Amino acid sequence: MSRAIRAALAAAALLSCAFFVPGSAPARGAEAAFFPGVVFDYGGKYDKSFNEGVLTGIERFHRETGINYKALEISNDVQREQYLRRLAEHGADIILAVGFSQAPAVAKVAKEFPEIKFTLIDGVVKLPNVQSILFSEQEGSYLVGMLAALSSKTHTVGFVGGMDIPLIRRFECGYEQGVKAVAPDDHIIANMVGTTPAAWSDPTRGGELAKSQFDRGVDVVFAAAGQSGIGVLQAAKDAGKYSIGVDSNQNHLFPGSVLTSMVKRVDVAAYNAIKAAQDGTWQAGVRTLGLKEEGVGWALDENNAKLVTPEMKAALDAASAEIQNGTRKVANYDETNGCKY
Amino acid sequence: MDDTALWIVSLLASTVRLATPLVLASLAGFYSERAGVVDIGLEGKMLTGAFAAAATAAVTGSPWAGLAAAIAASLLLALVHGFACITHRGDQVVAGVAINTIAAGLTAVLANAWFDLGGRTPSLDGGQRFLGLHFPLAEAVRGVPLLGRFYGEVIGGQNLLVYLAVLAVPATSWVAYRTRFGLRLRAVGENPAAVDTAGISVPWLRYRAVLITGLLCGVAGAYLSIAQGAGFQENMTAGKGYLALAALILGKWRPYPTLAGCLLFAATDALQARLQGVALPVVGAVPVQIIEVLPYILTVLLLAGFVGKSIPPKAAGQAYVKDR
Repeated sequence: MSRAIRAALAAAALLSCAFFVPGSAPARGAEAAFFPGVVFDYGGKYDKSFNEGVLTGIERFHRETGINYKALEISNDVQREQYLRRLAEHGADIILAVGFSQAPAVAKVAKEFPEIKFTLIDGVVKLPNVQSILFSEQEGSYLVGMLAALSSKTHTVGFVGGMDIPLIRRFECGYEQGVKAVAPDDHIIANMVGTTPAAWSDPTRGGELAKSQFDRGVDVVFAAAGQSGIGVLQAAKDAGKYSIGVDSNQNHLFPGSVLTSMVKRVDVAAYNAIKAAQDGTWQAGVRTLGLKEEGVGWALDENNAKLVTPEMKAALDAASAEIQNGTRKVANYDETNGCKY
Repeated sequence: MDDTALWIVSLLASTVRLATPLVLASLAGFYSERAGVVDIGLEGKMLTGAFAAAATAAVTGSPWAGLAAAIAASLLLALVHGFACITHRGDQVVAGVAINTIAAGLTAVLANAWFDLGGRTPSLDGGQRFLGLHFPLAEAVRGVPLLGRFYGEVIGGQNLLVYLAVLAVPATSWVAYRTRFGLRLRAVGENPAAVDTAGISVPWLRYRAVLITGLLCGVAGAYLSIAQGAGFQENMTAGKGYLALAALILGKWRPYPTLAGCLLFAATDALQARLQGVALPVVGAVPVQIIEVLPYILTVLLLAGFVGKSIPPKAAGQAYVKDR
C-alpha cells in the first residue's frame, strides 16, 4: 500500500515538472544569454484583453531580437508564487508579473532573489528590484465615456465591470465623468460580474448583465471585465447595440458593433520593460502611464471608422489635449476615496 | 408603470434563458437517478457537450452539426459511466466525479491544441448558432401593455433549444408515469430485484436510462456554447450540473417540482443581475456582495424548512447484483 502511495507521489512530482513547459525553451548552453519570463494572470494569455496585450509586447520583443522567453499561465492562486520562483530559479533576467493580484507573490519572491528584476503590471510593490507599472485608466475611460454619451440615442449608457475591485471602480469612475461631461443628464447603469477572480472569465454572466442593461434602455455598454467582457460584446452584437472593448484593441471582434476600445498599452509597457532590462536602462520604482505617455487611449481603426463621426473625433481629441496639459481634471477613484469629481 | 412592466418582462425572459440548461440537466439526472444510477457527472457531460458543439459548429458552420456532436460526445461519456457502474458495478459517485475531472481537463486541452486560443474555441457568428426565433405577430402586439411584450420576449424570441427544454418536462412526465418503459424505469430504481424477477433485464434498462441522460446533457451543453453563448470557454458550465442536481433533489425526483426548482434558481440569478446598484425602497442601494449571496441563502432556507423530506429512489447508488 505504502509503495502505491509512494509511486503516486512520484508520479505527481513528475507531472508537476511536466507542467513546466516553457513557451519556447531558451538555449541553456550560453550561460550569459538574456532571457525574460512572464507569469500571466487568470484569463490566460489569449484573453483578447489584458493578458494578451502583454503577450503582444513580448512577442514583439521576440520577433525583433530573436530572444526566447518563458511564459507561464496560472490556474490557481498558489501557482503565482510557485511560478515566479520557478522562473527566478531558472535564471530569468527579468520577470514580468501580470495583474494586480500578483503583488503579494512578487513582494515575497523579489525579496528572495534581489538580483533579479521584477516588473509588476497593474500593481505596486516597493522594493529595490521591482518596477511597478500603473495606468491612468480613468483618463482613457473618460474619453470612451464621452464617445458613449455622444453615440447614445437613449441617453442611457451601461458599464459592466469584472471583479468589484478599486481598479475596476477607477474605470467606472472615469467613464462616468466622461459621460457626464458630454451629457450631464444621461443615466449610467453599472454592474459588476462578481466579487471573486472567477468574475474575469464568465462570459455567460457578462452577456446576461449586458442584456439586463439593454432591457433598461442602455444602447452603449463599456465592458471592463477581461474574458467576461467578450460575453458583453457578443450580447451587444446580438441585440444590435454598441459596445466598448477594453485593454487590447477589441474593435475587430465585432466590427460595426464595437464602438471603440479603451486601450491600455500593456504591450508597450511589457516591451519597454524587457527592452530596458536588456539595454541596462531598467529602473525600479513606480511608473504611471496616462494619456500623455500614451499608456492609455481609445482605438480608432478601419473596424470602427464608420461609427465615429469627425465631430466626435474632434471632441475627443480636444478633451484628450486638455487632460494632457492639465486644464481638464479627471478624478482618480483611488485618490478621491470614492467617485467624487 | 411601464417601467415596472418592462422590468418584470425582462426578468422573466432572463429567468427562462438561465433556467434552460438547468432544466435539461436536471431532467437528465431524473432518468439516471430514477433508474438507480446516481449521476454526479452531469456537469462533465454538459461541459463536454458544450465543447463538442462549439468546436463542431466553428469548423462546419452548422449549429445542427454542433448539436449532433454535443449529443454524441455526451452519450459517449454516458456509456463510460454505464460501463463502469452498470456492467462493472463500480461506485457511481466515484465514476461521476471521474467524468467531471476528465471533462474539465480534456476539453481545455483539446481546445488549446486544436484552436490555439488558450482553451477557448473561436467566437461563433449568427449562422453557426441557434438564434432567437421571432414569433408571428410579435411586433404587432408589442403595443399591448405587459402581455404584448410578454408574448414577444418571454414566450417568443427564445432559441429553439429553450422550447425543446420546455417540451422535455411534460414529455418526461408522460414517459415516466404513463408508459411501460417509465413504470419499469421507476421500478428498477426502487427494487431492481423485482424487475429482474419479472424477466426484464436490469442492466439494459439502466443503460437506456443513462443514455437518455447523456442525450439531454448534450443538448444542455450545446445550449450553453452555441445558443446562449457563442463559443466554448474553459469550465463554462461553472457548477450548473451540480445546481441541476440540487434542483432535482429539491423537486424530490419528480419532473414538475424539479422544473419549479430550476426556475427558482434561475429567477434568483436573474434577479441578482438586476438588483445590483438599484436603489430599493426603504434600504437603498444594496452592496453587490449581499445580492450575490441571495440565491444561496434562499436555497438553504428552502431546503431547511419549506420543501419537506426529499427521499431518493431506494436503489439509487447501488449496483445490482443478481445473486446475492
